[in-house]
Amino acid sequence: MATRRKPKLAVWKFASCDGCQLSLLDCEDELLAIAGAVEIAYFAEATSAFVKGPYDLSLVEGSITTAHDAERIRNVRAKSKALVTIGACATAGGVQALRNFADVEAFTSVVYAHPEYISTLGTSTPIAAHVPVDFELRGCPIDKGQLIEVLSAFLAGRKPVTPAHSVCLDCKLKGNVCVTVAHGTPCIGPVTHAGCGAICPSYDRGCYGCFGPMETPNAAALSRELARHGMSRDQIHRVYRTFNTAAEPFREEAERHGS
Amino acid sequence: MTSSDRAVLTRDGLDALIATLAADGYRVYGPTVRDGAIVYDDIAGVADLPAGWTDEQDAGSYRLKRRDDDALFGYVVGPHSWKKYLHPPRRRLWRAAKTEEALTFTAEPEPAERFAFIGVRSCEIAAMAIQDKVFAVGDYADPQYRARRDGAFVVAVNCGEAGGTCFCVSMKTGPHVMSGFDLSLTEIERGDLPVYLIEAGSDAGRDLLARLPCRPVEANDITAADAAVAHAAAQMGRTLETDGIRDLLVNNPDHPRWDEVAARCLTCGNCTMVCPTCFCTTTEDSSDLDGGGAERTQRWDSCFTLDFSYIHGGSVRSSSKARYRQWMTHKLATWWDQFDTSGCVGCGRCITWCPVGIDITEEARAIRSDLTRETKP
Repeated sequence: MATRRKPKLAVWKFASCDGCQLSLLDCEDELLAIAGAVEIAYFAEATSAFVKGPYDLSLVEGSITTAHDAERIRNVRAKSKALVTIGACATAGGVQALRNFADVEAFTSVVYAHPEYISTLGTSTPIAAHVPVDFELRGCPIDKGQLIEVLSAFLAGRKPVTPAHSVCLDCKLKGNVCVTVAHGTPCIGPVTHAGCGAICPSYDRGCYGCFGPMETPNAAALSRELARHGMSRDQIHRVYRTFNTAAEPFREEAERHGS
Repeated sequence: MTSSDRAVLTRDGLDALIATLAADGYRVYGPTVRDGAIVYDDIAGVADLPAGWTDEQDAGSYRLKRRDDDALFGYVVGPHSWKKYLHPPRRRLWRAAKTEEALTFTAEPEPAERFAFIGVRSCEIAAMAIQDKVFAVGDYADPQYRARRDGAFVVAVNCGEAGGTCFCVSMKTGPHVMSGFDLSLTEIERGDLPVYLIEAGSDAGRDLLARLPCRPVEANDITAADAAVAHAAAQMGRTLETDGIRDLLVNNPDHPRWDEVAARCLTCGNCTMVCPTCFCTTTEDSSDLDGGGAERTQRWDSCFTLDFSYIHGGSVRSSSKARYRQWMTHKLATWWDQFDTSGCVGCGRCITWCPVGIDITEEARAIRSDLTRETKP
């Protein structure tokens, strides 16, 4: 059997905290298998040795917040055969998309001693708003099991199994007791995309929506329920204003509960 | 029924029942308190049962409460059902391995473990019988399910009280356990601690009963047991009118009530997960990074997901209205066409565990009452 050339993998960072690309390094048990299956050609967080493009698979972390990055992502796209965005920043704009609903100059004037040096856009937008994306992997951060699934699926030429149903389904598959129904704890799992393995409800806490909206979220109906469980209008506004705040269903629901 | 079919057990006798089943090689599952609910899990003895606990249930609400007695079965059904053992949430179907020489497939072996279920309610036995029609008979019987089901030893319990979302009387599935059990228990008050009227429903049950420390039945034991079940039957938290329900739902796909329920429905799928008869699954394939191995897993799916009705080009049931209508109409109406039974046993789980408290009995009633009004002169 002829040895196939190993696919070249690149990992790119835009506006983000690095947590998602670190999930790749966090794949301790599988890291050798990954290194055996792909040539890690560009991964600044792991190695300063760079192999020139084009790349077979680019994993892109982070959102677009500067004119420079808006240009850079086009360049990354141009030299990538497949481009997969990883994490809430890359798929929804991240927590930094809170700027979309505020005045960025007001922020920079307070935060920086010399705001005149700051050159930034008024918005934080997902990668798919700028270039075509082949697959989006949700989460803040992404789940490393799902990352391995995406890599395995890419290598096998099959569709990754990352279901878009609610977190509730994963809770029930695990046998979790519903924190809302049994404890009265507000939880946005019913409108949130599965993928984390229902971590928070497994530890008796409500879901924070780290994986963004599920496929058909009915946030308006859930908000009525959150209010019944004691959340104020402002609390409901804030529960959607987190890592996926610019994802349309969450943006809209936060706005409906705006002060 | 002969005298050898019935006896009375004390709490110690019940402990002996659990120990004997374990000694006979069964993995014993039963109700136990965990995370603020009564769930089904491994039990080693009576000490693991929810002594002195009860549950208060309503649409979208479940709360554990202390009882003022030491009853072991003084509650109804919780978030789990026995289907998690007979029809597990996830199970591998096969594995494949690729070498230079060959591609080999290995089917998952049939389970060797036998289960004993303690505290199975009448509605749950009805649910098992419904899943049997799906998995255990016909040309496409599932050998894995059959192995689990055939090996299972069922210790039923008659309900002494009903829950806030129970409606087994409407569905004619309870509360009195009539068949489908090896042994059945009825908890009755006698002095400080309750005792258990135990009845055999199979040869295996009779054999086991003969090995347990028990006393003969007295007339007032029977009276007390009958009174307990009658009390539960009179206490149903919900009712569902089933007369003509198949035609009622099948003939009204455009009733405005479907839009109203769709505005509330989260399409989260909780109702289908907790339902003891919902049986749908999907398959998920995985492959190793090095391409040397692959496997296929079956997992519970829900008719509330888009993937469920996805065919080439898109999902057939894209609206939540279409999905809720599909679920309820199948459960209460077209299940009859498919399996000659209702798909609902009146356990109330879908009502209790719906995060927004959608009530299947209320939805059916709304459609019916509207039509009744319209047809009046």
